[in-house]
Amino acid sequence: MMNQLTAVIGHIGSVVLLLLRTLSFAPTLRRQFPRFIEQCYLIGYNSLPIVTILTFFIGSVLALQSGYSMENFGAKQFIGSLVGLSVTRELGPVMVAILIAGRVGSAITAELASMKVYQEVDALITMNIPPERMLVLPRLAAILVMMPVLTLIGIICGWYGGALICQYTHFISIDSETYFAALKRYMDWKDITDGLLKAEVFGFVIVLVCCHIGLNTRGGPREIGASVTKAVVTSLILILVLDYFVTKALI
Amino acid sequence: MSTPSHSPVAGKTFGVTVTHLTKKFGRTTVLQDINLEIAPGETFVIMGPSGSGKSVLLKHIAGLEQPTSGEVRIGSFDAADPATRSKIRLALVFQAGALFNSLSVYDNLALYLREHRLADEAGIRERVMHALTILSLEKSYKKFPSELSGGMKKRVAIARALVMEPQLFIYDEPTSELDPVMSATISEIIGTLREETAVTSIVVTHDRTLALHIADRIAFLIDGRIHAIGKPAEFTDSKDPVITNFLNPVIDLKNPRFKQLENNHE
Repeated sequence: MMNQLTAVIGHIGSVVLLLLRTLSFAPTLRRQFPRFIEQCYLIGYNSLPIVTILTFFIGSVLALQSGYSMENFGAKQFIGSLVGLSVTRELGPVMVAILIAGRVGSAITAELASMKVYQEVDALITMNIPPERMLVLPRLAAILVMMPVLTLIGIICGWYGGALICQYTHFISIDSETYFAALKRYMDWKDITDGLLKAEVFGFVIVLVCCHIGLNTRGGPREIGASVTKAVVTSLILILVLDYFVTKALI
Repeated sequence: MSTPSHSPVAGKTFGVTVTHLTKKFGRTTVLQDINLEIAPGETFVIMGPSGSGKSVLLKHIAGLEQPTSGEVRIGSFDAADPATRSKIRLALVFQAGALFNSLSVYDNLALYLREHRLADEAGIRERVMHALTILSLEKSYKKFPSELSGGMKKRVAIARALVMEPQLFIYDEPTSELDPVMSATISEIIGTLREETAVTSIVVTHDRTLALHIADRIAFLIDGRIHAIGKPAEFTDSKDPVITNFLNPVIDLKNPRFKQLENNHE
C-alpha cells in the first residue's frame, strides 16, 4: 500500500516536472509554429466529425429521455433549459474530453512511446533538442486552442440535437422557438464559459498525462500497447475526478 | 564511397574518462567498477559478448543513463549533467539508426541545424547534401526511413551524425543485422571518417573484423567488468582463452550441447 502511494506521488511529481520543463520552453513556441499548426489539425480538425456526431446524439437522447419523463407532470416546456444546461455545463465538456482521451490521447501516447522505444527520443536528447520543446509544447498549445473550439461546437450540436428531437417526436412536439426560448431563459454566458473552462482543464491534463506516459515508456513494442491503455484509463479517471473538483470550484 | 574535399568535422575533440562506474538496475548489477581513459582523437572499441553491458556503458558516455556510482567525464564535463550537451557536440549513431520516421532523409539530417539555427536554408541544404554525398545517399534524400534498407538506415544515421560536426562520435553496433558486404562498407566508412576527421570515436561492437580494422585500442567487457584493454595486435596475439574463443569461435559439432539439440529435433 505504502509502495503504491509512493509510486503515485512519484508519478505526480514527474508530471509536474514535465509541465515545468515544457513551460520553460514556452518563449520558443513561435519557432514551433509549424508543429503547433500540425497538432491543431490532428487534434482539432480530425476530431471534429466525431465530436459533432457524438454531441448531437447526446443532446437528442437527453431531450428524448427528459421529454418522456417530463410529459407526465406537464413540464415539457422546460426541456430546452434542461438539455441546454446539461450539455453546456456537464455533458458537452465531459463527453468531448472522453472522446479526446480515446482518440487524441491514445494517438499521442502511441506516437511518443514508439519514439521512445525506437530511441528517437534518445536521438533528440543527444542532439541537445529537448523532447519537451519539440514534442510536448506544440501538443499542449494545440489542445489549449482546440479544446474550447471543439467543445463549443459540441455544445451547439447538442442543443440542435435536442431541438430536432423535441420538434419531431410525437409525444414531445415542442417547436424550436419554444425550445430555444427555454434554453435562453435559464442560461447565461457564465454557463458557457464554465463549460469551456472545464473542457480546457480536461484537455490540458489529458495531453500532459499522455505525453508523460508516452515519454516514460520502457521496453519493446508490447510496452507501447500497455502505455496506450494506461494513458487512456488514467485520462478517463482524471476527467471524472477533476470534473467533481472543477464543478465544485465553479459553482 | 566518395571522399570529401574538406573535413566535415571542425573544432576541438574531447577525451573521455570513466571512473569507478557502477550501474545497477534493481538488484542486477550491469556495470561494475569500470575505469577507462580514452584519449582525444583516439578510436576506442568496446567489445564483448551480448549482455556484457556494452550498450549500457555507451549510454552512460552519451549521458542517457545516470550512474549508480562513479562518473563519466567528457573532457572536463560531467556526461550525466544535461547541461553538458549544450557544451559538447556529441553524435550517437544508434544500433537501429533511430531515424525520425515522420521525417524524410533530408529533414532527418536538417533537424539538428534547424533546431539550433546553425545555418539558413541554403546553408543547411549545402551541409546536408554534402554529408549525404559522403555516404553515397544523395539520391535518397526525399525518401522516408520506412523506404530504406537496413544498411541505408545506418548510413543515414552516420550522415545525420556527420552534419552535427561532432566533437565526439559514438557508434552503437554499427554493423549489426547487416550482410557481410554492407558490414564491410560501414566499416570502411567509419575507418575513412576516422582518418579524415581525427575526432574521438567510441565504437561498441561484437564484430571482430570491424574492431580490429578501426580500433586504436580495444576494451573487452564481460559480465559488466573490463576483462582486458589493449591494442588490436595484443588481442589477436592473446593466449587468453576467453578472448581467443570470442575472436575465433570454434563450432564443435561433437559438443554435447549440439547432440542434445539434435536429439530434441528428432
